[in-house]
Amino acid sequence: MKILVCISHVPDTTSKINFTDNNSAFDTNGVQFVINPNDEFGLTRAMWFKEKQGASVDVVNVGGPETEPTLRKALAIGADNAIRVNTPALDGYQVAKELAKVAQDGSYDLIIAGRESIDYNGGMVPGMMAQILKANFVNTCVSLEVEGKQATAIREIDGGKETLKTSLPLVIGGQKGLVEESDLKIPNMRGIMMARKKPLNVVEPSSTESFTQTKSFEKPAPKGEVKIIEEDNLDQLIDLLHNEAKVI
Amino acid sequence: MSILVYTETENGKFKKASFEAASYAKGVAEKMGTDVTAVAFNAEDTKALGDYGVAKVLHIQNDKLKTFNAEAYADAIAQAAQEASADVVVLGQTANDKYLAPLLAVQLQAGYASNVVELPGIENGFTVKRSVFTNKAFNHTAITTDKKIIGVSKNAYGLKENSAAAEETSFSPNLKEEDFNIEVASVDKATDKVTIADAEVVVSGGRGLKGPENWNLIEDLADVLGAATACSKPVSDMGWRPHSEHVGQTGKPVASNLYIAIGISGAIQHLAGVSASKTKVVINNDPEAPFFKAADYGIVGDAFEVVPKLTEKLKEFKANNA
Repeated sequence: MKILVCISHVPDTTSKINFTDNNSAFDTNGVQFVINPNDEFGLTRAMWFKEKQGASVDVVNVGGPETEPTLRKALAIGADNAIRVNTPALDGYQVAKELAKVAQDGSYDLIIAGRESIDYNGGMVPGMMAQILKANFVNTCVSLEVEGKQATAIREIDGGKETLKTSLPLVIGGQKGLVEESDLKIPNMRGIMMARKKPLNVVEPSSTESFTQTKSFEKPAPKGEVKIIEEDNLDQLIDLLHNEAKVI
Repeated sequence: MSILVYTETENGKFKKASFEAASYAKGVAEKMGTDVTAVAFNAEDTKALGDYGVAKVLHIQNDKLKTFNAEAYADAIAQAAQEASADVVVLGQTANDKYLAPLLAVQLQAGYASNVVELPGIENGFTVKRSVFTNKAFNHTAITTDKKIIGVSKNAYGLKENSAAAEETSFSPNLKEEDFNIEVASVDKATDKVTIADAEVVVSGGRGLKGPENWNLIEDLADVLGAATACSKPVSDMGWRPHSEHVGQTGKPVASNLYIAIGISGAIQHLAGVSASKTKVVINNDPEAPFFKAADYGIVGDAFEVVPKLTEKLKEFKANNA
């Protein structure tokens, strides 16, 4: 089985979010970039398929040269090859189209992406990619087994889970649950050394067509002060929730 | 030209998210001088959509679509969009909406904006305001395609009553065999519990509760409020509670009317994930807990003493205000 894991290069979850250039761009100053957490669960599941079922695992990212350390980290975790599509990510559709082309050119059976990136939260790349490829698609996937061409996936639904049966080629929008948090792999020294020698191929984009354009950013309005209520005055809290906030 | 809204049903009944999406669609239609057409699958009664401004309903009744199937639903909605000559398709952001919307976007070759929080601006192009960086910021996105898809965030635009005819027409899309390549083998859903996605109130517990054996505190309070229960990341990582209850940046987002955090210090990832909630109450024994800065109301105190008392008082309140 040939697996392609799509890696989004995103600010660490603890990052302070600021903007620059008249609020038109994300301020990367002092920001640490990581593998998108939803993708990392998928990558770790892919490593399981590699170890147990002899799958090959390649990773891909759409972005400029600044994203390469994130791809190297994925190689250090154990991916075999990395591909970088050399263009800034403009919108979900453009990224999905480029990833679909890489998936098609490499005849991958299973394509694993995260359900959303934690920066733009678009939540559309995996589904769009599947539709472009005419592959099957399971979103918010929390468990995945593959036997031959048959796949069994569990998807999180609002308030529960759904078990789905489908077949390869398959695109997954993955998340926590695909593997446990404690199973996430931290690259060891050997992995990091080996990653330096693994291929990282840079390919040029096929087009620059996008469906949407980010115009500007803004930060939420500052919050008012918290009202502290004494612990022996819970009636006051109930009164505030009822009469002021009007939520009970 | 018209606005199409996809109104999701569960067991034949419309979800609140569908009425919110319909309200939003009506707002868009008013701006653009047109009407709202809804598309619904196997609904018991589509009249209720009229309360939120829906003029026409394309009703698809098909036993093959009794259970949700993203591919088939997207295919059917794309055909409904054509039938209604819709330039804008509006939907909510439930798990199913998020599943099908990207498929629909490729089928319609439409730009899709998710997590939208306000009506679009149409004076200078077509722009929407979206929540990004897990609610830590917003961005303004221009949709540059002729057809557009908008996913409206839960509890952002809200319900707006607006009487219209909701005149129903039966609609039969042409479905393909490939639409059914994914088979639902089983569904595991507690029917007696409110879900985090649907809940108006969410009660959430953190490490301050000291162990899973103390979760009755959270559950009792949630029961009184008809709330869903949730937890912080460490609690789900330690296996005290299932992953499905983990709320925050890498867990589920919360956009309820009321969020009550008990024994949760308020890591930045947690705060981001719950910040779309309208009112936040924090109960924590550490006055320095970062969550107090993000909350509307706070109680500095021992959860083991405060929460049972609060539960009792709310019981009385509910009994008197029933």
